[in-house]
Amino acid sequence: MPELPAGTVRPVVRAPDPVLSTQGRDIDPTGAGTIELVAGLLATQVVSPGCVGLAAQQIGVAARVFSVDVSGHAKTRTCHGAFVLCNAEVVSATRKERGREGCMSVPDFTGDLARARRLVVRGQLPLTGEWVEITTDGFEAVALQHEIDHTDGLLFLDRVSGPHGIHPRRFYL
Amino acid sequence: MRDQIIAVTVLGDDRPGIVADVTGALADLHGNLEDSTMTLLRGHFAMVLLVRTGASAAAVEAALHFLSADGSLVINARVLGDPALSQIGGPSYALRVHGADRPGIVSTITAVVAHHGANIVDLGTRLVEGLYVLMAELQLPSEASAVGLGAELQGAADELGVEVRLSLIDDDLL
Repeated sequence: MPELPAGTVRPVVRAPDPVLSTQGRDIDPTGAGTIELVAGLLATQVVSPGCVGLAAQQIGVAARVFSVDVSGHAKTRTCHGAFVLCNAEVVSATRKERGREGCMSVPDFTGDLARARRLVVRGQLPLTGEWVEITTDGFEAVALQHEIDHTDGLLFLDRVSGPHGIHPRRFYL
Repeated sequence: MRDQIIAVTVLGDDRPGIVADVTGALADLHGNLEDSTMTLLRGHFAMVLLVRTGASAAAVEAALHFLSADGSLVINARVLGDPALSQIGGPSYALRVHGADRPGIVSTITAVVAHHGANIVDLGTRLVEGLYVLMAELQLPSEASAVGLGAELQGAADELGVEVRLSLIDDDLL
């Protein structure tokens, strides 16, 4: 990923803030505002314990951009390190499995939901605007789907698999 | 006495061993467990189970009295008749609602569901730190009825200031 300027740590928005349910707008990956937003995402992600991804909505901006970094996570298989995608979309998603997710913007709940464990997504890199396609699996695939959902104004609460799939969070990182 | 279905409800302070104690006492009555559900509601133990037994409801309550005598649990038993058959055989939908807590979310949303002739077959709600979440499974009269229901739910949710989503449950029946 292209080198980005140092960003400013931003406060993380929590549900029920309406920005979290707002469809993100397409953004220009090369725009100055986008660069500042992306740098802020990465800076906030780095200082947030256990954070493996952060979408623009989570720092208060309804835009189609997010950061992901599943490096070092116990469940990670394929890993592309820390990266940012703009205007990302799912190309293919297969092998759904049920798992339990949490979210910094929904800090007091976890939820059971099915996500694909084989995933291809495409999106644009910040700064250059280059389109890239990422093929991944396992935990990184889950993290990408979770973040793309954020950019579409969806929380994991919107995909929980059943009435008894919501749980009060027991452990905080 | 002919075997009958008795519904047993158990509510109270949670601790390890409640399910084992309740079901052990019912086994001693030669009761056969049928459907049951148990959860924790804000840390309180809550269970409903159906037991088929030749014992009376009073005998079932007496057999479980040792668990409720200290006041930590409230246990009731009552005979159930044959279930009324549901008239709704249409598709199943997932209803998901979340937003800032306020009085009337469940009543408003479920009134819309009832107005459209949909039946709630499973429901759970959670409240933590001002965020209210409602999840339900509905049986609708038909797939077509989901359109009108979805539109009216959206209107109700907008008035309540909450998010609502209604989606077909995609069964993979083998």
